[in-house]
Amino acid sequence: MLTQTPSQTVGPFFYDALIALGKPFVPTLVRDGAQGQRILIVGTVLDGDGVPVPDAMIEIWQADTNGYHNHPADPNYAKADPNFSGLGRCDTVNEGCFEFQTVKPGRVEGQAPHVNVRVFSRGMLIHANTRMYFGDEAAANADDAVLSLVPMDRRDTLIATLLPSNGLPTYRFNLVLKGKGETVFFTP
Amino acid sequence: MTIKQLLSRINWKGQPKYLHPAYTSTLKRAPQQPLIPLPHTLSELTGPVYGTSDIGPLDHDLTRNAVRNGQPIGERIIVTGRVLDDSGSTVPNALLEVWQANACGRYIHKVDQHDAPLDPNFTGAGRVLTNAKGEYRFITIKPGAYPWRNHLNAWRPQHIHFSVFGANIMSRLVTQMYFPGDPLLALDPIYNSIDDEAARQRLISSYAHDVTQPEWALGYRFDIVLCGSKMTVFE
Ligand SMILES: [Fe+2]
Repeated sequence: MLTQTPSQTVGPFFYDALIALGKPFVPTLVRDGAQGQRILIVGTVLDGDGVPVPDAMIEIWQADTNGYHNHPADPNYAKADPNFSGLGRCDTVNEGCFEFQTVKPGRVEGQAPHVNVRVFSRGMLIHANTRMYFGDEAAANADDAVLSLVPMDRRDTLIATLLPSNGLPTYRFNLVLKGKGETVFFTP
Repeated sequence: MTIKQLLSRINWKGQPKYLHPAYTSTLKRAPQQPLIPLPHTLSELTGPVYGTSDIGPLDHDLTRNAVRNGQPIGERIIVTGRVLDDSGSTVPNALLEVWQANACGRYIHKVDQHDAPLDPNFTGAGRVLTNAKGEYRFITIKPGAYPWRNHLNAWRPQHIHFSVFGANIMSRLVTQMYFPGDPLLALDPIYNSIDDEAARQRLISSYAHDVTQPEWALGYRFDIVLCGSKMTVFE
C-alpha cells in the first residue's frame, strides 16, 4: 500500500475558493423536478466552549428519496434521481449556522434514513465525519446497524429534531465539536 | 461465503490527530471522545461524480482566471501530479479545488488582516479535474509565506491548499502542498502535526525540471494518495 497523503486543516481562508465559486458546491441539493419530500436541514457548529464556529465548512452526502445514489457503485445507479445531486456544501459565516435544502433520503440497504456529514474548519487538522438521523423515524432508528454501534447515552447527538414549521419540514442538527454534548464522530 | 466490497481506511500512523496543542486552534475544536469505526455501506462506497462540465475553461489557470488590468505579480509556476489511491491505482475525474495566498503572502479573504498588498489580478482560487490517467495540472503564482498569530513570530511556510474528491466519499481529503527546502517547515505546527516523517514528506512538492517551461514558468510535482481504495473481502 502507498503512504496516504496526510490531511491538513482547511484553514480560515477557504471561502473565496470553496464557497464563493459556487456550482457544483452549493447548499441546495435539489433541482426543479427532484422527487421526494423537500426538507431543510439547519444547525449550528459549536466549539468546546459552546461558542459558534463561524469559519467551518459543512458537507453532506446522501441518497435520493428512493435510497439511490448517483454513483456507479450503487446497483440502482441508473434509477437515481437526475435532479438530485447528493452532495451539498455550506459555510457557517452567519454565526456558526448552516442550512441545506434537500430531500428526505430513502433507506439504503435497510438502514434508517440518514445523511453523511463532514465538518472542516480552522483548528481541525483532519475533518470530522458523522451521520445525521431523523427524529421522526424512531422505529427505523431503533433498528439501524450503525446507530447500534453508538453508546445509547450519546445516540441523541446524531438525531435531528423536527422543528415546528409552516413551510418546508425543517430538521435541526447541531454539531458540537468538543465537550458537553459532543457529537458522536466516526472514523473519517 | 459472500463477497463484500470494502474500502481501505485512513492510516492514522500518517495522519494528524485532532488535538495538537502546538496548533492552538485545535484546543477548542478537537473532538475528545473515541471515534467509532464506521462500517462501509453504500452510503460510504458512493460519492459525487464530477466531470468536465463542472470546470470552467480558466479554472486551472490562476494567472488568468482573475485578471482585471494585467498579469498577477510574482513567480509563475506549473503544479502537476497524479491522484492515486493507496492501492496504487490512478484516480480519473478527481476534482481538485486549490486556494492560496498571493506572492506577497496575502489572501483575498476579508478576514486576512496581514499588512501586505492585495493583487488586483489574482484571487488565488482554482479548480482542476484529473484526466483518464489520474493527472492534473494547473498554473499559478508561487504563494508567499505569511504571519499568523499562533505563537510569537509565527509564519506559515509557503503552501497551496488542496481539496480533493476521489472515487467515493471516504477518500475525501483536504490538505496543503508545501515547497522543497522551505526553512519555515521545521517551525510550523500544522506541518509538524504529522508524527510520521515519511507521511509528512508526502506534503512537500518536488521541483520538476521536466515540467519547467523555458522562458515561462518553473514546474513542481505533487502526487496525492487517497485512502478508500476498493478491497474485496470474502466472508
Ligand atoms: Fe493558508
